[in-house]
Amino acid sequence: MNGMNNPLVKWIDHRLPIFTLMKAELTDYPTPRNLNYWWNYGSLAGITLMILIVTGIMLAMQYTAHVDYAFQSTERIMRDVNYGWLIRYIHMNGGSFFFIVVYIHIFRGLYYGSYKPPRELLWIMGVVILLLMMMTAFMGYVLPWGQMSFWGATVITNLFSAIPWVGDAIVTWLWGGFSVDNPTLNRFYSLHYLMPFIIVAVVVLHLWGLHRFGSNNPLGIDAKGPQDKIPFHPYYTIKDLYGLAIFLLVYAGFVFYAPNFFGEPDNYIPANPLSTPAHIVPEWYFLPYYAILRAIPDKLLGVIAMFASILVLFILPWLDRSPVRSGRFRSWMFKGTFWFFIFVCVVLGVVGANPPEGMWLVVGRLATAWYFLHFLVILPVLSVVERPKALPTSISEAVLGGGDTAAGAAAKPMEKA
Amino acid sequence: MAESAMTAQAGGTGESRRDFLYLTAGAMGAVAVGAVAWPIIDSMNPSADVLALASTEVDLSPIEEGQRITVTWRGKPIFIDNRTPEQIEAALDVDLESLPDPQSDAERIKEGRANWLVLVGVCTHLGCVPLGQRTGEPRGEWAGWFCPCHGSHYDTSGRIRKGPAPANLPVPPYEFISDETIFIG
Amino acid sequence: MGKILLTALSAVLGLGIATAEAAEGVEIPSRDWSFSGPFGTFDPAARQRGFQVFKEVCSGCHGLEYIAFRNLAEIGYSEDEVKAIAAEFTMVDGPDDEGEMFEREGKSSDFWPAPFANDKAAAAANNGATPPELSLITKARKNGPNYVFALLTGYEEPPTDVELLEGLNYNKVFPGHQIAMAAPLFEDGVEYADGTPASVEQMAHDVVTFLAWTAEPEMDARKHMGLKVMIFLVVFSIVLYAVKRKVWADQH
Repeated sequence: MNGMNNPLVKWIDHRLPIFTLMKAELTDYPTPRNLNYWWNYGSLAGITLMILIVTGIMLAMQYTAHVDYAFQSTERIMRDVNYGWLIRYIHMNGGSFFFIVVYIHIFRGLYYGSYKPPRELLWIMGVVILLLMMMTAFMGYVLPWGQMSFWGATVITNLFSAIPWVGDAIVTWLWGGFSVDNPTLNRFYSLHYLMPFIIVAVVVLHLWGLHRFGSNNPLGIDAKGPQDKIPFHPYYTIKDLYGLAIFLLVYAGFVFYAPNFFGEPDNYIPANPLSTPAHIVPEWYFLPYYAILRAIPDKLLGVIAMFASILVLFILPWLDRSPVRSGRFRSWMFKGTFWFFIFVCVVLGVVGANPPEGMWLVVGRLATAWYFLHFLVILPVLSVVERPKALPTSISEAVLGGGDTAAGAAAKPMEKA
Repeated sequence: MAESAMTAQAGGTGESRRDFLYLTAGAMGAVAVGAVAWPIIDSMNPSADVLALASTEVDLSPIEEGQRITVTWRGKPIFIDNRTPEQIEAALDVDLESLPDPQSDAERIKEGRANWLVLVGVCTHLGCVPLGQRTGEPRGEWAGWFCPCHGSHYDTSGRIRKGPAPANLPVPPYEFISDETIFIG
Repeated sequence: MGKILLTALSAVLGLGIATAEAAEGVEIPSRDWSFSGPFGTFDPAARQRGFQVFKEVCSGCHGLEYIAFRNLAEIGYSEDEVKAIAAEFTMVDGPDDEGEMFEREGKSSDFWPAPFANDKAAAAANNGATPPELSLITKARKNGPNYVFALLTGYEEPPTDVELLEGLNYNKVFPGHQIAMAAPLFEDGVEYADGTPASVEQMAHDVVTFLAWTAEPEMDARKHMGLKVMIFLVVFSIVLYAVKRKVWADQH
């Protein structure tokens, strides 16, 4: 790269080796040559985070976090601020798209065993990022101070009263008062501005952990030598750019033509503490957890189940101990239960959007049971009983030598992941 | 590189076609960056509600000769003075060269309406609001306005005469939209 | 291709089935609005007529909180006409130099005045129900424009098995079917400046067009910009895909 011969670059790099770092980690960085498009979602998540931060900072210049002005200042942004409507809709839909991208990214990890050794900490940091995202999104939704902002905040903060003995004190502390009100709004604004930067820090750790062993790949087998890898630039920079353009196409489709698709009409009604909406619904990305919460009749156990549904992800590397990494070489039972698990998550989402009664309650309980069954029973059992397919010998052989069939590898000993 | 750049125009070989493709991608990327940057920058410009308040109409009819009123325009005080003939004369009777900020009175009023003086009431030194609008307030040695912060004296045309202020009190953009009404902004 | 489909699919499947805003089991017919769809725009004539309906029929009880008189310039009124509309209203301003509040004519920078001093006064004057302000109504209701139209044209005699509570009116579409607002639109209730016959359907259609604009004044600009952005991104995606294929040519 002739950039490195530039005298100014050399002068800076000698004192602060940032260019050497970028060259090693973004340009020369050896990446498996067989990554498919499911590997684009990590960079998409990072870019969406940047978009949210930039638009968020611009919104923060115009927004007022006070119960008397929050709704009004948001409308002022939509109507009077130059391109305010655009920045607001990009930010609002960016939240939804961040979760879409991250959920796909997570499911990629689940299928291809990206959480398996030696990437356990990488996976755990990812779950930490998910939790931080959920907190950030929850607080962000409160800021416009619409009916759903207020009542969603009330319902979710009230959950903490389920904690024995100290629950009520915790809720009062969270509220800064005796109900969701101005102190709550202001502290949520402060934290909503702060948390994305904490997310950035954990993302840096996440990428550092990633670069320790390099990316996983669709075959789930380690690189045997340099022939199995290619430099990140230009191959994956251009592939990520192309993926970004497609992503932006879908994103722009919503921003410009269906900007309120992911939202709730009730949030265009200013918050009224004396009038509860008929159905309190969180944003779509929280619906599965909401369903789990309401599936359990006991308040405290419901809260525990809801948090457990995320916490179970932390221990996944120890629940699924199959030595085979990639789902591609695992049994039809693994593949079948994987797709069924996705279906169950979607069902939980639909259940979460409906009142917890009648058929919805039954389905919600079944789906909740299956959700935990998948992680706590199915995956551990499968890792013991299943007989996976034979793995190919190497990535390059699979990619360049005519495909990843078992036939080619049958004569050779099965590789351990 | 230079060779392919030259043949890029000819568009003949595969190599130059590749460069053309890269060039197109790069150019479109630059356009995209610019298109994204503009709304972000422009959102910091005055918004529509701020612009709506950026002009004010003032009805001059209740202001009597010798009376001064203050109105607000873009967050700043505006001094409107219905000058007496004596004040006008005092403003004209001056050696322009001797002024710290030479400007004739004629340049500071509208033709045919010399009695009306419209000024931005912010001292050009460090921004205090000069005294002289209300009866009883000091008007300084030239009977115009006096800034108590650091002792700047303005005359009956609002020009700086003495003191640390470097410039005359500014005249805001305004027009007479009728005999009795001005439009500031 | 799979990537596009899956992203879109995941977006669609993530749809939270929104809570019903209309009465249970009532189907809201979908009308053809001039502003529907990616290429729809506000019909300027309908919008102006709708403003007339709002002003003459609705504004007695309903506010238009987020619309300033200067915004009316966007629906076709000149600066002078806007000033004249604003001047019809009396605003309280002040305090003056004596510390007193005083009244003055409305200016174009003023916002549409609320018809009542506060929500409680509004409810007291309206059967105990506060009439909602209307500038956001089409975004604040599911399937907003169609719902508002169906509501305005949905007044009818109650079925025999329904007992109407005191002061309420039967409406096909309103949740619970009993609405405090009496039917606001009557044939020829408004005399249109452009001579269009003022049937209930026409007035409902026009006022919904106007209210859709008050809720989303940026819509025309948004869709116009959207078209440019989408075309750009489609071309850019094709170019980037070609570059990607070129770069990867030695790998396949």
